[in-house]
Amino acid sequence: MITMDKTDISFFKDGLRLDGRRADELRPVKIEVGILTRADGSCYIEMGGNKVIAAVYGPREVHPRHLQDVTRAIVRYRYNMASFSVEERKRPGPDRRSYELSKVSREALEPVILTSFFPRSVIDVFVEVLQADAGTRTAGINAAAVALADAGIPMKSMISSCAAGKVADTIVLDPMKEEDNFGQADLPIAMTPNGDITLMQMDGGLSPEEFHEAVEMAMKGAREIYELQRKALVEKYSQLAGEPGKEEVHACD
Amino acid sequence: MPVTNVISEIKKDFIYNLLIKGERVDGRTFDQYREISIERNVIQKAEGSALVKLGSSQVLVGVKMQPGEPFQDSPNRGVIITNAELVPLASPNFEPGPPNEVGIELARVVDRGVRESKALDLEALCIVPGKQVWIVFIDVHILDDCGNILDAASLGAIAALLCTKVPASKFGLGEDYILPLRDIPIATTAIEFSDVLMFDPGVDEEAIANTKLTVITTASGNICGMQKSGTGMLKPEQAYRIIDIACEKAREIREKFLEA
Repeated sequence: MITMDKTDISFFKDGLRLDGRRADELRPVKIEVGILTRADGSCYIEMGGNKVIAAVYGPREVHPRHLQDVTRAIVRYRYNMASFSVEERKRPGPDRRSYELSKVSREALEPVILTSFFPRSVIDVFVEVLQADAGTRTAGINAAAVALADAGIPMKSMISSCAAGKVADTIVLDPMKEEDNFGQADLPIAMTPNGDITLMQMDGGLSPEEFHEAVEMAMKGAREIYELQRKALVEKYSQLAGEPGKEEVHACD
Repeated sequence: MPVTNVISEIKKDFIYNLLIKGERVDGRTFDQYREISIERNVIQKAEGSALVKLGSSQVLVGVKMQPGEPFQDSPNRGVIITNAELVPLASPNFEPGPPNEVGIELARVVDRGVRESKALDLEALCIVPGKQVWIVFIDVHILDDCGNILDAASLGAIAALLCTKVPASKFGLGEDYILPLRDIPIATTAIEFSDVLMFDPGVDEEAIANTKLTVITTASGNICGMQKSGTGMLKPEQAYRIIDIACEKAREIREKFLEA
């Protein structure tokens, strides 16, 4: 995180944030389920200025084969940023940051995936960040969790992810770019609807008390996102169920 | 995909049965660290170095410094570059080749501690604004992985920085001087296994646990970095407890080994 000298940036005006949000308010979230044809499951998410697509393939055969596990499915997660997704062009391909984010994101989802149902197979999760605006890992995890559900992968529960931050000594929910760049701390978490935490990272500076407050605020945000994920999935699948029963015709009949 | 530790079921049962009785394999209490030793300036060619032993885990950290170009977005700030080598001599699970995600994560968490605690005054490392700044390379070399190499590496990094001499004369930039540090961040790692929290896990303990949480604290008792890793879950209350104990442990370690 970049910290600047005391600049003139003021993060609050009349008690509201630069984009008019309250301290505990999320940016607008838009979730669309099943937007890709070839993938087994997919999801497009917008969280504020973030635009992220997640696709799930599998369970399918593992390549290279030596990676396969005879007791369960392995999960792979690839977080990738488009070179045009940020202000300065990003060099294409994985860097150290994306390796780390891929690892922690995979570990955020794996606890709820019933991998033992599919021995010797792989569940591939691909996350493409098309536009980045602080909070891409949380957006990616939210989209990936919905895409997994869309792919029909058995899961113990949904995973929802959200960050809390600290700017001008105030704990805020879902920091945007300016708050992330010039803020004092960033704490992304992911959790199940029951409040079991599956991802937790932090950088910046927080006292133990502030940490409590930030965790509670991030969890509140994640719960709100959970409702939106649920709504998006229910909407898509109730629509399918609601279509007038088409008589199924097989080619060989 | 990194090769993970394989542990026999019988060993797992053994550790689990001890744990129910409130015991650990090596007789430690759940929040007790193994013996720590830090040897400084072990590498004369490096600007600063430290060999850390945490029980039988051994990590060597070397710091090299050289003038170079600053990043465009921070023209008057020095640069920190942290790298970790999980060389195959340190564990049967490490393989030669470019760093895998475990090594990258380790380096990035060590880096997070140094960077976010603001231990290094990056502005003081500027030589000519926009043109020349000091680049601080922190290279972590794992020598023997007997568990919890992250805490050992983190300790090694700050210990090496504490004895780093800026090689100004070598580059015609005046006299050498001791690199000033403003904080001493300490990383503390705990694992969660069937509702028990264990600090400073050994290799076998790491192998049975699904959840690991690292907390980096500063001298003032604040948290400057965290990383949960592993495919398990953690209750918020467990995270709070780890932080409480981590602050206390970090203070002990800081006082005993790093503060002159």
